[in-house]
Amino acid sequence: MINFSYKRPTSIINATKTFSESEDGLFLAGGQTLLPVLKQGLAMPSDIIDLGDLQELKGIEEKNKSIIIGAMTTHAQVKNSPLIQKKIPTLANLAGFIGDPHVRNLGTLGGALANNDPSADYTAAALGLGAIIYTDKRSIKSDEFFIGLFETALDPDEIIVKVEFPIPDKSGYAKFPNPASRYAIVGVFVSSLTTNVRVSITGAASCVFRQLDYENVLSRSFLTPDLAHINIPSDELNTDLHASAEYRAHLIHIMTCRAVASANGEIT
Amino acid sequence: MIKVSLNVNGDLVSAEIIENTLLSTLLREHLQLKGTHIGCDTSQCGACIAMVNGRTVKSCTMLAVQAAGAEVQTVEGLSIGEKLHPMQEAFREHHALQCGFCTPGMLMTAVALAEKNIEINEANVRAELDGNLCRCTGYQNIVAAIIAGVKQMRAAP
Repeated sequence: MINFSYKRPTSIINATKTFSESEDGLFLAGGQTLLPVLKQGLAMPSDIIDLGDLQELKGIEEKNKSIIIGAMTTHAQVKNSPLIQKKIPTLANLAGFIGDPHVRNLGTLGGALANNDPSADYTAAALGLGAIIYTDKRSIKSDEFFIGLFETALDPDEIIVKVEFPIPDKSGYAKFPNPASRYAIVGVFVSSLTTNVRVSITGAASCVFRQLDYENVLSRSFLTPDLAHINIPSDELNTDLHASAEYRAHLIHIMTCRAVASANGEIT
Repeated sequence: MIKVSLNVNGDLVSAEIIENTLLSTLLREHLQLKGTHIGCDTSQCGACIAMVNGRTVKSCTMLAVQAAGAEVQTVEGLSIGEKLHPMQEAFREHHALQCGFCTPGMLMTAVALAEKNIEINEANVRAELDGNLCRCTGYQNIVAAIIAGVKQMRAAP
């Protein structure tokens, strides 16, 4: 691994100042993606700026019919939070199936969203619940946050502070995991919110996306939706050693049915 | 270079290290605690698992400087002198190791599991072993040992 200088600021202001003074800095959250990336030489930052001491990025609270989660909250903390288990159980469940117990002890919500891995789970939750991402500069709607493959609306020096997840009437998440990595080959998050129904899909394409045809059907009938007649084109979907684009299209249908059944309490 | 001080198995230790030093390297090469194993070095096998502030982490996927000021426990910290930890006893009793390479990580995961609010049964133990790979025994005896060890630990006063 290349060497770098290591900084551990204790405030957001100092973190961004440190970043601006560095030649080619990178923020470190939980490190469960960044450390393997550094080891492989896929990133060669001059400075690692550890966000681990930023108290402003911690905590879980309920506010205005939403759950607000600090960016440095680990997957294990989300999984084990009684508040999240009660208000958005799907989110707690989803966090409990990311990686393995040791990855969940370090990996963070903010890190996962900023990385925007095409097979990540949290990206589906953020888009599927219509979350709002608060940074040190602004607030960004999830619809405008995920831009493309590992690409987000964040500026290089921008830090996610917290994420606001609206509490849905119901929600469900179903993922077909890669048996080795537990990343989603296809994962589908569905939610019925006060204002609308949302369906987000991860693992299938270069970036998490919404399936508007499914949303329309589910808006009319969430309890007994007829999704079978909707064609899922495979043109834009991924083909790799784990699954073909056609198989992923098929899985989108199956996982959506399971996510809806889970949201309706028909399966756990 | 950066100076790091931390508590390892109850001892306050300091080391002068390069910033990119992994926690696993600090433990093995600077502190000579070779019980923490490097199996894959790609964050998958779990042989390097240690406890940092009571939570299991893959020590090959954490910078040593991130653990500055922390309390770290490695497999060397489980036994008290010659007296094995109940989980180590259970592993011996159930023949839960063959080559033993994965065992340190298995033990740390198992000890952490005992502290969690999780019902002990085969399915839950296997789910908690998601991040630990064994390439020789086939897990059967490891699962049996962990069930016995956790029961032993939870029954202890």
